[in-house]
Amino acid sequence: MEKEITQEKSAPQAIDQKSRDGVLLEVNDLHVWFELRRFGFGHAGYVRAVDGVNFDLKDGQTIAIVGESGCGKTSLMRTILRLNHPTKGEVIFDGKVINNLKPSELKDYRSLLGYVQQDPYGALPPFMTVRNILEEPLRVNGIKDKTELFNRVKKSLEEVKMSPAEEFMPKFPHQLSGGQQQRVVIARAMIMNPRMLIADEPVSMLDASVRVEILKLLRNLQESHNLGVIYITHDLSTVRYFSEKIFVMYAGQLIERGNVSQVLNNTKHPYTFALLEATSDPDARNALVQKEIPPGEPPSLVKPPAGCRFHPRCPHMIEGLCNVEEPPDYEPEPGHFVACWLLK
Amino acid sequence: MEKNNTVLDIQNLKLYFRTTRGTVQAVDGVDFKLKTNQAVVVVGESGCGKTSLSKAVLRLLPRNVEHYSGKVYLNDIETMSLDDEEYRKQIRWVKMSLVPQAAMNALNPVIRVGEQVAEPMSVHYGVKKEEALQQAIKMFQHVGVPVDFINRYPFELSGGMRQRVALAMALVTAPDLVILDEPTSALDVLTQANIFNLLKRIKSEMATSFVLITHDIATSSELADRVAVMYAGQIVEVADSSRFFKEPRHPYSAKLMASVPRLRGNDEPDFITGQPPSLINPPTGCRFAARCPRRFERCSEEPPVTKIGDDVVKCWLNV
Repeated sequence: MEKEITQEKSAPQAIDQKSRDGVLLEVNDLHVWFELRRFGFGHAGYVRAVDGVNFDLKDGQTIAIVGESGCGKTSLMRTILRLNHPTKGEVIFDGKVINNLKPSELKDYRSLLGYVQQDPYGALPPFMTVRNILEEPLRVNGIKDKTELFNRVKKSLEEVKMSPAEEFMPKFPHQLSGGQQQRVVIARAMIMNPRMLIADEPVSMLDASVRVEILKLLRNLQESHNLGVIYITHDLSTVRYFSEKIFVMYAGQLIERGNVSQVLNNTKHPYTFALLEATSDPDARNALVQKEIPPGEPPSLVKPPAGCRFHPRCPHMIEGLCNVEEPPDYEPEPGHFVACWLLK
Repeated sequence: MEKNNTVLDIQNLKLYFRTTRGTVQAVDGVDFKLKTNQAVVVVGESGCGKTSLSKAVLRLLPRNVEHYSGKVYLNDIETMSLDDEEYRKQIRWVKMSLVPQAAMNALNPVIRVGEQVAEPMSVHYGVKKEEALQQAIKMFQHVGVPVDFINRYPFELSGGMRQRVALAMALVTAPDLVILDEPTSALDVLTQANIFNLLKRIKSEMATSFVLITHDIATSSELADRVAVMYAGQIVEVADSSRFFKEPRHPYSAKLMASVPRLRGNDEPDFITGQPPSLINPPTGCRFAARCPRRFERCSEEPPVTKIGDDVVKCWLNV
């Protein structure tokens, strides 16, 4: 019940907390390192999955974190969900540091977050019906009344455009198509009326023909519930339709941050350039030209390169600078941050 | 006449599977031709029979096949009349090879990658192991894998490198035709672009022809000379890429193109409502009719295949 109230009052609340400027989530100098062990014990270094990440997310804002696999975007997201423990730095949600929450507080915290997994089939338990899947988070959070359970499940299924809801409730995940499975995952993320949604590549496993449908659904939910959304993806072409800001992540760090138009139209970082160059639009002329793509692969996060982590692949590398000193964040235009020595 | 430069000619190919719920008509009367040193892209939603088509062409059939018929000409050899042993000796991996779906996981984890790439040479051409390894080294250089990787095991390579190894394995016997089944769908954008650069280079250097099976239309344009659109087991349109990416003829192709999010340009992407029909009892008439925005009365009858120049479209609107 309380959740309902928070959600309806979220707008006036944001005004109350003017001091924080409506900031919902704040990530300060976050480091997530995983210890490597030799033969199960004995220290063998760290995997620096997230290495000094700063950003904040306002109420009702959508940000996209773009990067290749292994760049740390999933570790970052799992840390925000407190599935990983931060090694250093803080995650502040709604004014509260969540680094060291007690288990009972953690449950309340997580009920404010919705999580949309990448692979819907893997994310849904195969032996539970849609109704059971959606009732579970409600039961865990102490709702026992049968009519209320039924009504909330029905409402959330209708919200993700699965109607008639009664028809889908007794079905098992394997009886649904990929798009419908993803809708159930979204319904489950939304059922506690969260204030923030974390979507980890929500459409990458789906067919091209339904991707846009799911993205539009997420956008509608975001608008109608004034949700803060973190959209994690490797596909720049879907970002434009979905989010206000783009954060580009490479080897555990955010290397370019800004509004969608700033990052896409006034690209500054060579890595972002490469990502844009690599993303194709359907055009027959593509077949005639070779693309200019930096060779090689992202570095190991155990021993990341000194200086700028992109320098071994960068076509504009400045000897003696890029490979020695880590670039600071430059701000070429207001709100657009780029960690690259080219802007010095 | 034009036969000479046709590498692959598929005529009325059918592949049905037996299941407990009935017969799945996975490939239902597919026709198309591919010219030498061209690449055709087969696009369609999942479950439309794209992968079954590649299996039918390469004759890699599972046990529950109910019906398998049609004609497949590869460089004027009718492959369907060959028996399995002849097919293995003359066609598979000699004239035609496959880069399977999720190729990076298709490598044998307990054999060094060099030996895996060399294996087709010793199996099909009976060359000695050292010679085959030499050939493998040559292929490694060709696809951009460092030569000293030859003694590594697949788990020691990254996804992109494994993909290149799978490609080297398909190319080592210098086949006329390579079938690529979703070659890059599991890879990162930059790696994906690198692999497509490589495929383009191989296409121009080795004069190989490609059949690229994918659901990713945007990246498929990186290689395509021709585009074939598959829907519910049938080919509904074949067209030149220059025409197709600008102005597809079939309403399904148009919807599919409109659903591609674009990085450049301002069009809002659209989506296709509904779901593709079951292949167990496909609807009579046009199979796309139920989801088609432009259907009319005649769509309840099976549309004929209309030829427009070199292109083909299966829709009443184009009759």
